[in-house]
Amino acid sequence: MSSFSATAPSARSKWFAGTLVILYALITMIPLAWIMLTGFKSPADAISYPPKVFFEPTLEGYVNLFTTRTRQTDDFLAANPPQTWYEEIVRQYDMVIAGPSKFGERFLNSVIIGFGSTFLSIFLGTLAAYAFSRFKIPLADDLLFFILSTRMMPPIAVAIPIFLMYRQLGLSDTHLGMILLYTAVNISLAVWLLKGFIDEIPREYEEAALIDGYTRFQAFYKVVLPQAATGIASTAIFCLIFAWNEYAFAVLLTSGTAQTAPPFIPTIIGVGGLDWPAVAAGATIFLLPVMIFTVALRKHLLRGITFGAVRK
Amino acid sequence: MAQIIIKNVRKEFGDFTAVKESSFTIEDGEFFMLLGPSGCGKTTTLRMIAGLELPTSGEIYLDGEEISQRPPSQRDIAFVFQMFALYPHMNVYKNLSYPLVSQGMARAAVRAKVDEVAQILGIENILKKPVGGLSGGDRQRVALGRAIVRDPKAFMMDEPLGALDAEFRERMAEELRALHDRMGATTVYVTHDQLEAMQMGDKIVVMNNAVVEQFGTPQEIYDKPATMFVADFIGSPSMNFLPFEGAVAEGAQTVDLTGNSLSVPRQKQGASGKLVFGVRPEHVSLSDSGNYRGEVLASEYLGTTQIITLDTANGELKARVPASQTATVGETVGLSFQGDVVTLFDAATGRALRSELNEGIVAHG
Repeated sequence: MSSFSATAPSARSKWFAGTLVILYALITMIPLAWIMLTGFKSPADAISYPPKVFFEPTLEGYVNLFTTRTRQTDDFLAANPPQTWYEEIVRQYDMVIAGPSKFGERFLNSVIIGFGSTFLSIFLGTLAAYAFSRFKIPLADDLLFFILSTRMMPPIAVAIPIFLMYRQLGLSDTHLGMILLYTAVNISLAVWLLKGFIDEIPREYEEAALIDGYTRFQAFYKVVLPQAATGIASTAIFCLIFAWNEYAFAVLLTSGTAQTAPPFIPTIIGVGGLDWPAVAAGATIFLLPVMIFTVALRKHLLRGITFGAVRK
Repeated sequence: MAQIIIKNVRKEFGDFTAVKESSFTIEDGEFFMLLGPSGCGKTTTLRMIAGLELPTSGEIYLDGEEISQRPPSQRDIAFVFQMFALYPHMNVYKNLSYPLVSQGMARAAVRAKVDEVAQILGIENILKKPVGGLSGGDRQRVALGRAIVRDPKAFMMDEPLGALDAEFRERMAEELRALHDRMGATTVYVTHDQLEAMQMGDKIVVMNNAVVEQFGTPQEIYDKPATMFVADFIGSPSMNFLPFEGAVAEGAQTVDLTGNSLSVPRQKQGASGKLVFGVRPEHVSLSDSGNYRGEVLASEYLGTTQIITLDTANGELKARVPASQTATVGETVGLSFQGDVVTLFDAATGRALRSELNEGIVAHG
């Protein structure tokens, strides 16, 4: 994609391209690296100026992220010496651990809602895309446009109606409500992307399976799905990234049971002063699942992006 | 194995009629060719027999059973696709065993059957290979193998040699025909290549514009064309058409072409107006005695024969004559026609007039 001539790139242009890629990688990775490093700093190091690149690492941020703490009298502290390494960290500030924080729960909510809505979007999207690709559907083009049109305004523009609707339906602050909402937003993307992928799969494969004695659904399941795996994987990544990172709806519609990590992480700031290391630790852990998911599927993602452009 | 009867089958896609009421019978064990130019409805007909399309109206009988509305899985018909359609995510063995697995056959029996088929086709050594890296010929063999592995009642083949290069096509055509003769399975084969149809087929249906033009053995179709389309489509170079205006009476054995009386098979049908005198190039000879004359425009040397293009009073005409015969461009020569194999056509309808030659062939068309 980056070559402008049909001939092989020269050493100089290769060097130039390499430098550009490295520069770009650096620029995008510095904030990430900064967040990850800050997670291991003490609160004092985190806000020192000029910023410290070399510092003594501590797990304070992570301990603070996963716990709630209370200040205690000197008598109490003297009577109860710290039992564990994380209690010792907290003792520096004359505090004791009162219990686990809500981060674990919120993170689990993110996993349930993120992966749940991704699965549902892909499941419905694949079936719909297959139908649009293979069957004669009355007004198919209009339906496809209608599906796409749900993406034509920022989702937050409909936040208030959805908020009211959810309150009436009892879907506010529920896992189901958030899964349905994210699925509704993602499904247009899923249908359009997957239709493109399925269009590329020759019909003859299914017809061969039909002839070989399979039903239409078996043909879809055994022949089309394996062929569409690349497309499904890359679509799943896009859906997950949206659902995982979504902030506005999560703030508006969840407060307790179904609150996801994005609206929760900023609330850490309010507990016991500006606890940047804890926020950074939360952000780091929050990044991991999407990173692992993307890395695991990255081969498919690359092939998915160039799919259709390269015909074997 | 089975007999297939196509009865008044019609297929419409919205406003477009792909096949108009068509009827013909494919006898048990026949190698049957569906021949026609692209878009004539031959592939649609084949797909209707297999169940990949359902006819809008009409009946299809397989061994006496009406199957036109059944799903393909309930027809026991195998299909070989033009682009082979081998399952790309499976290796050769899995591709071959797939139709057997769907029937719930035991693993050992599947193994034995696949091995047997692989041996017939000479592909035992590639069973473990992914289908992606195979040569065109091997893909073709695997596609055939997948069709024959479950001993279906009939085979449908949609231009199976179309994706192969010319040199290889001939060899595969022979292999296919040999395979058919060995198995004796009813085979319906779609092609747009008239040579392939003539070489391989026991019977041919010629289709054009959604209509069956003629149905018969290769010899019948070549020698006794029912319509001008068939006469033109079959044979290379195709039949000469000399248009003339006049009349033929029932029982006549000559026609008058611009003052020359030319013999024709005894006519069983009188006609007048715009008519066409149809004669194949090999039935035209150059003879000084002939009083029907033409001017030599060009000659193409083909080894043992040559094709001479002539300009006559009724238009251009090609003659296939021995290569040894000399013909100089610009020279005017006499022509004679082998009268007993001439076909007269009605120019308006394009249909052949009934005569002693084609009686019984043309009548039903």
